[in-house]
Amino acid sequence: MSVALDQTRSASPAVAPANKWKDVFTFNNRFLPPVLITGILLVGELEYGMLESWGRTGLAIATSILLELILAKSLTGKWPHLASAYISGISVGILVRSPFYWPYALCSALSITSKYVLRWDGKHLCNPSNFGLSVMFFLYPAAMASLSIQWGNSLWPMLVVWALGSIIIYRLKRFHICFTYVVSFLALSYVRSLVTGHPYFASIAPLTGPMYQLFVFFMITDPKTTVKPRWGQCVVAALVAVAEMIFRLGEDVHAPYYALFVVGPAARVVEILHARWTKKTLPAQPEAAR
Amino acid sequence: MNPGSKKTLVVLLFIALLVGPVIYIRSHQRVRGALEANEALERYGLSLEEVSVASGIDFVHTPPKVDGKLANIEPQIASMGAAVSVVDFDRDGLYDFYVTNSAPGSKNRLYRNLGGGKFIDVAEAMGVADLNQPGTGSCTGTVWGDYDNDGYDDLLVYKWGKPELFHNEQGHGFTRVTEGSGLPAWVNAGTATWVDYDRDGKLDLFIGGYWPDDVHLEKLPNTRIMPDSFEYANNGGHCYLLRNLGGGHFADVTKEVGLTSTRWKLAVIAADFNNDGWPDLFVSNDYGISEFYLNEPGPDGHRHFRDIGRESGIARNPKSGMNASVGDVLNSGALAIYQSNISEEGVLVQGNNLWMPSAPGATTFTNMASVMGVELGGWSFGAQFGDLNNDGFLDLYLVNGYVSGKPRTTYWYDFSEITGGNSKIISDAKNWPDMKGRSLSGFQHKRLWLNSGDGKFSEVSQAVGATDTFDGRSVALADFENRGVLDVLVANQGGRLLLYHTTVKPGRDWIEFELEGKGSNRDAYGAAVRVKWNGQEQLQEVVAASGYSSQNMHRLHFGLGEKAKVDQITIRWPDGREQVVAAPAINTIHHLQEAP
Repeated sequence: MSVALDQTRSASPAVAPANKWKDVFTFNNRFLPPVLITGILLVGELEYGMLESWGRTGLAIATSILLELILAKSLTGKWPHLASAYISGISVGILVRSPFYWPYALCSALSITSKYVLRWDGKHLCNPSNFGLSVMFFLYPAAMASLSIQWGNSLWPMLVVWALGSIIIYRLKRFHICFTYVVSFLALSYVRSLVTGHPYFASIAPLTGPMYQLFVFFMITDPKTTVKPRWGQCVVAALVAVAEMIFRLGEDVHAPYYALFVVGPAARVVEILHARWTKKTLPAQPEAAR
Repeated sequence: MNPGSKKTLVVLLFIALLVGPVIYIRSHQRVRGALEANEALERYGLSLEEVSVASGIDFVHTPPKVDGKLANIEPQIASMGAAVSVVDFDRDGLYDFYVTNSAPGSKNRLYRNLGGGKFIDVAEAMGVADLNQPGTGSCTGTVWGDYDNDGYDDLLVYKWGKPELFHNEQGHGFTRVTEGSGLPAWVNAGTATWVDYDRDGKLDLFIGGYWPDDVHLEKLPNTRIMPDSFEYANNGGHCYLLRNLGGGHFADVTKEVGLTSTRWKLAVIAADFNNDGWPDLFVSNDYGISEFYLNEPGPDGHRHFRDIGRESGIARNPKSGMNASVGDVLNSGALAIYQSNISEEGVLVQGNNLWMPSAPGATTFTNMASVMGVELGGWSFGAQFGDLNNDGFLDLYLVNGYVSGKPRTTYWYDFSEITGGNSKIISDAKNWPDMKGRSLSGFQHKRLWLNSGDGKFSEVSQAVGATDTFDGRSVALADFENRGVLDVLVANQGGRLLLYHTTVKPGRDWIEFELEGKGSNRDAYGAAVRVKWNGQEQLQEVVAASGYSSQNMHRLHFGLGEKAKVDQITIRWPDGREQVVAAPAINTIHHLQEAP
């Protein structure tokens, strides 16, 4: 998970003197996602005991940041901006539910390492924490599960997080992805309920929990692992929902993670191949014109 | 190092992270298959043999019947009611036991111990069989206590329905004394225990509600009866603390003592956790956090219960608590609490809790279940501590399995989908997908964790003969043949009652204590016994309810290992007085009476 950091960096050009004071008092967009996820963590834990323990979540964050520092410095020679690693670590720390400590460290380590290994054309293919979580769920089902906890008994905390998250995501210009996914999920849930005969409310129930809020706000919007065109992002979000429906019809409890695990990299590969094909064919055009 | 080498190293690191731990874990997984009894004895110090049929026990539990509006999830709703409690109701020196049934019209049984490993059902003759009459609710458990200190244990039968109290007529029969006793008219009780909370020498009664009090599962006006959350549900039944006024009358003092919880209570144990001589309460709640009540003097001069669950560390993580049992697992003079929860591979890994106090008498606890190896037990229900191989350390027997429906089917996906939903969705049973006969954590293997004494338990159930896969609910331990060995009784939901006969490796010593209060309540519930032997010391406390809907034998059993010599025992009676017995004989049942 490393939401919308690309845009936020480019949104800070050389600042004219007149704008300096404004800049001081304006919250930099790049800090919004870490602040949002930290807010979710703090409210979730202090109010609802969401975490397995502070120690486990701390281990996930520490592993993530430490590995990011080591790998980025040794491979690029530069110290990295740590917001992305922090979000990955905190996501792992929230979404992994395990009575053991090691899954937190291992999941974070896999997530961060995947960024530096699973690359093509200099870009990484998988959302890091989604990759780490998917692999861990598949390999270690006896040791860990995903967050299944709720926002207490009230609708309000859930609605507040949806509203706040939507505003922040809108400011980061990625609301269309979340919106497309949620609408697709709601529509496809209806299809699922028709197929399975289950009540519609049961089908949409997962959307009311914090796990989905993290998934929607922080995983499917990751700019490093989504395609470039706005319409393409919407198509991919819808395809994630479709893949998820297929996994859900197969009664897989980790359906959203696996859907993004499959669709996300596939979309990136298609985009890269398309870019290469375009690059190849463009120089030939003047020849053809002659 | 050049960039290419660095990249290669990172790729190798990635591959190592991907496959290394899997290879390590799979190569270190030890599967203990069934062993011959002699080999199990030699290796683990015990073997178990299921002997219910040979012992004359042919009880099969039948689940409660619920309203047709809940047909989609009936197996889940009707998933409790199998319970067993051990008692010597006729005081012939042999432990008997009582087992509940739950279907309308079904009969409970009271098995009298005839000696020689034989039992006979005398429930009808004693007047305690027919307790599932339509309209009165279904039985969910029993707990024995001599509320009038006449020398014979009386019987409380709690139900999802009308609780019933029976007076024991000196072992010759039981008289129903519910009316006028002060018991509530209807409680969907998940648990109950006898406890002399005010140390006046008369046993008081705690009853913990599960379903809300106005729910009658046999006839429902609507389907909005489910917990409003899988983790934070607060719409369960009330709890009751009924103070014993004497003469068979009880007064409801619940609010006065500060017990206002409406969580979904499934297990309670009353024990003195902070060593102040007053019994505290640990309550294990389904769909949420557990509760830990300290028994303190209140502002009005009467005793008061203060919930310190959160500050104690026990109530931080909401889980699905279903058991409450205590044991001095490290022979350190401190009682640890075992709470069972749900673990299903790949879906929900709550893990069970072993709450270890930071020091003897401390009220801050740390969950050591993972470190000590007693964490993963499937969909866990009842569990009991007891030294099953008499090696001097308390072992742990756990039963599990929720709904065994059609083999190789699972309702888990649907279950996880709905339970992740908001309260408005989850609390209405009509939103729950149809189970269609599917299993939900069914056919599970039980756990018998042997305590090595160095802070680690090892699981040996299959190896020593605990091989059933019924949907276990209640487990109780008792020395049915007075031979210094704990046998295991298991009540299964919708299944046979099992009796595992235990054989212990020869040469292992033991000592047992039957306590009788005089100034204190006659059952001596709340008495603490410390046994010092061979440089060790173990603490046990006499409690009524223990585990899930169960009660162990009243007598305290201590395994001592080989070549034991007991230096002394110290008894702290419920009224606070101490008694020391020097060098009691080993391999002996001691009857100890409190000085008047």
